[in-house]
Amino acid sequence: MIMNVIETDKLTKCFGSFTAVDHISFAVGEGEIFGFLGANGAGKTTAMRMLCGLSTPTSGTGKVAGFDIYKETEQIKRHIGYMSQKFSLYGDLKVWENIRLYGGIYGLSEKQLKAKTDELLRVLDLENERNTLVDALPLGWKQKLAFSVAIIHEPRIVFLDEPTGGVDPVTRRQFWELIYQAAERGITVFVTTHYMDEAEYCNRVSIMVDGKIEALDSPSALKSSFKAGNMNEVFHALARRAKRTEN
Amino acid sequence: MKSPLVAFVRKEFIHIFRDKRTMMILLLMPVVLIILFGYAITTEIKCVPIAILDQSRDEVTQKMISHFVASEYFELYKMIDNVEEGRALFRQGKVRMVLIVERGKVKGESEIQLLVDATDPNEATQLSAYATQIAVEQLSPFTFHLSTGKGIVPVISLLYNPQLRGAYNFVPGVMGLILILICAMMTSVGIVKEKEIGTMEVLLVSPLKPVYIILAKATPYLLLSLVNIATILALSYFLLDVPINGSLLLLVGVSVLYALVALCLGLLISTIADTQQAAMLISAVVLMLPVILLSGMVFPIENMPEILQVISNIVPAKWYIIAVKDIMIKGLGLGSVLQEIGILSLMVVVLIGLSVKRFKIRL
Amino acid sequence: MREIDIRHINKAYGEVRALQDISLHIGEGELFGLIGPDGAGKTSLFRILTTLLLADSGTASVCGLDVVRDYKEIRWRVGYMPGRFSLYQDLTVEENLNFFATVFNTTVRENYDLIRDIYVQIEPFKKRKAGKLSGGMKQKLALSCALIHRPDVLFLDEPTTGVDPVSRVEFWDMLDRLKRQGITILVSTPYMDEASRCDRIALMRGGRCLSVDTPEGIRATFDKYLYAVRSASMYKLLLDLRTYPDADSCFSFGDAHHFSIRKEVVDKEGEAVFRKDLQAFLTAKGHADIGIEPIKPGIEDCFMAL
Repeated sequence: MIMNVIETDKLTKCFGSFTAVDHISFAVGEGEIFGFLGANGAGKTTAMRMLCGLSTPTSGTGKVAGFDIYKETEQIKRHIGYMSQKFSLYGDLKVWENIRLYGGIYGLSEKQLKAKTDELLRVLDLENERNTLVDALPLGWKQKLAFSVAIIHEPRIVFLDEPTGGVDPVTRRQFWELIYQAAERGITVFVTTHYMDEAEYCNRVSIMVDGKIEALDSPSALKSSFKAGNMNEVFHALARRAKRTEN
Repeated sequence: MKSPLVAFVRKEFIHIFRDKRTMMILLLMPVVLIILFGYAITTEIKCVPIAILDQSRDEVTQKMISHFVASEYFELYKMIDNVEEGRALFRQGKVRMVLIVERGKVKGESEIQLLVDATDPNEATQLSAYATQIAVEQLSPFTFHLSTGKGIVPVISLLYNPQLRGAYNFVPGVMGLILILICAMMTSVGIVKEKEIGTMEVLLVSPLKPVYIILAKATPYLLLSLVNIATILALSYFLLDVPINGSLLLLVGVSVLYALVALCLGLLISTIADTQQAAMLISAVVLMLPVILLSGMVFPIENMPEILQVISNIVPAKWYIIAVKDIMIKGLGLGSVLQEIGILSLMVVVLIGLSVKRFKIRL
Repeated sequence: MREIDIRHINKAYGEVRALQDISLHIGEGELFGLIGPDGAGKTSLFRILTTLLLADSGTASVCGLDVVRDYKEIRWRVGYMPGRFSLYQDLTVEENLNFFATVFNTTVRENYDLIRDIYVQIEPFKKRKAGKLSGGMKQKLALSCALIHRPDVLFLDEPTTGVDPVSRVEFWDMLDRLKRQGITILVSTPYMDEASRCDRIALMRGGRCLSVDTPEGIRATFDKYLYAVRSASMYKLLLDLRTYPDADSCFSFGDAHHFSIRKEVVDKEGEAVFRKDLQAFLTAKGHADIGIEPIKPGIEDCFMAL
């Protein structure tokens, strides 16, 4: 039986009279690649913050990696990885210094650190760039490195917030291959994206509209139930219903 | 149709008014600084322990001593019998000043001598100033009554700090500081912010003249700094009893001139800095520190090593503070601050030239 | 005269050669797309054309005006929306629009007809601060601000980056309407699927123009056969396809992998034989539910093949 690493029940977050996330209930299994889609302002970021233990829900319950999102946020943080398009690595540190920094933050030993650094650089084909400042790397390489660093401590789940925005098509696909490899190792991947073709790469996809999860299933099941040729059409059919216009 | 400049200035005011926190800081800062300098960071002398050696012991010196003891500045620690005893008390740190009245040859014709602990030179200067004041006040009626040439002549020997300076020092200093802060720092941060959020790109591509951008950024802060000058002057006049002896108009005029120098400095910084953080740091290090340290606001310029004295000449605040003191405290007119006005004007011309040259019409 | 002419433009930042010998001609009323990922040199080209940056060598003109010599006149005639949203977050929608109108010495009323279609969608929120708008809304406001002075040429640098797919489609619909009014539009995007909305596109990478043509023309240059291949185990399929003898390239595209192969390899034995062979190859690797169908290449396929 596959264990669930994320479970939420009627999870809600209000800001004043505005309900950003409205009673969402879903579960994500171990090693699953879960796509979390929605238009700008649908509530994705708020939901993700609650799951990462950065924001306390208004009501509802949730467990991430088996820990309660109200009380055990410290444990949650130790068992998740996080990477976003905006914040990933320190541009003024060298490649190996970044790896070392994050490894150190998650408490890897000196020996583990050295082994991990070598392995990472080899897998990413960055051995010649070990001493390069991260700022000097092309965006796609940066994002691949950032992802590898985000899972350096072998977390149960990794949250990816629009990881491939602006990345060139070839590197974008290499990035997804890294995601597949991580999923094969049993790391659950929770990812948001604006590229609808990437939604197809997920095992299951949820689509948020106005703070609610309006659809949740595998891409092929979603396409057949919406009688759509691809995920793009599914998304448009759902997002057109949105009434909300603000963030 | 509205002029673009008016629209731009209005936009700048909206930025300032919408950012309530910054605006409160800008308006309250002078109040806080004046109160801090006026009360908390007081350099005023109160109840300083002194020892007195009276070798004359006539009515005149007795009366003078009683005034010393009665004044709020001094507190008699001990009457002593010889100079050695005084030195011992100094060493033990029991007293910070020793007043020696020498034996007079004729009644009422004594020489007085002051020994002052000048480990804190500013305090020593003030102590000696107060002491001299009391001595002269008490002794002058006698010198007046007696025939000329026979009065008591105070001979004051100040250790380490031979210069006397007035007490109304910090009000001009605070004015110099606030104007630099608001005009230079806020202007540079305001311009650099537009670079950061990318609006500068759009403004540059628009037909708006660069000089409009500069003027629009500078105007609100110039007005705001005028409000601050008014606040400072009102507070110091009504709360701290600092007189405004000279022409108010002249004082405001000089302040506006100084504010212009500060604005130009801000512009120059904005052409160098690319982030708001950098603009703030540069403003703080390049502008605020020299104002505090090199303008004579805290440390007297006369006491500085020669090299710093030379450097202090390029600190605009130095000239502004001198001018303000001349106008406010000494009550002097336009004629006596011409040099300062000339120097500040020259700075404006040079700085405007530099920043307009550096202000890029492209990225 | 609303055309853009770019001749042999070069630009370097120290060691980095941002633009290398770029030459393009964009005609009046054309909707022209610069397609390429981050670092392709799109923003540098925009800045040169909007007179913000000087090229190291080469010349360029906008509306027949030289970007260096006549920069002042160009600034009257172009609208520009830089990559980052260039609005004042603490000003309301209305204040932003009015401000940009006065900067260009005009009023909102004077040119309202041009922006009406776009502005009506955000008008209900005109008292709201720009910082409180959603991504799609901000983008519409930014476009309104760039259009307020009725420019002859419009420069839009990655207007749809980070915007959700629905708002993106709406945005391209707006550009279509503007084009019909005779405005020349140069727009850049990292999303390959948006390329088909342009009249002509330039594919850019690493500071070079790889090819310039209509989207159809670019698709026609794809000189290999392309197949969409599916199976039950997609990741394994990707790795296995790459080991197929004579495989040219294989990339995942949504729910299928796009597998390209040189024409002569297929034509040698005929298509039916090739598909049977591939099917057998994959079955031998343990794949089930195998689907192989020939497809037409998209812009993204072409880009990756370049």
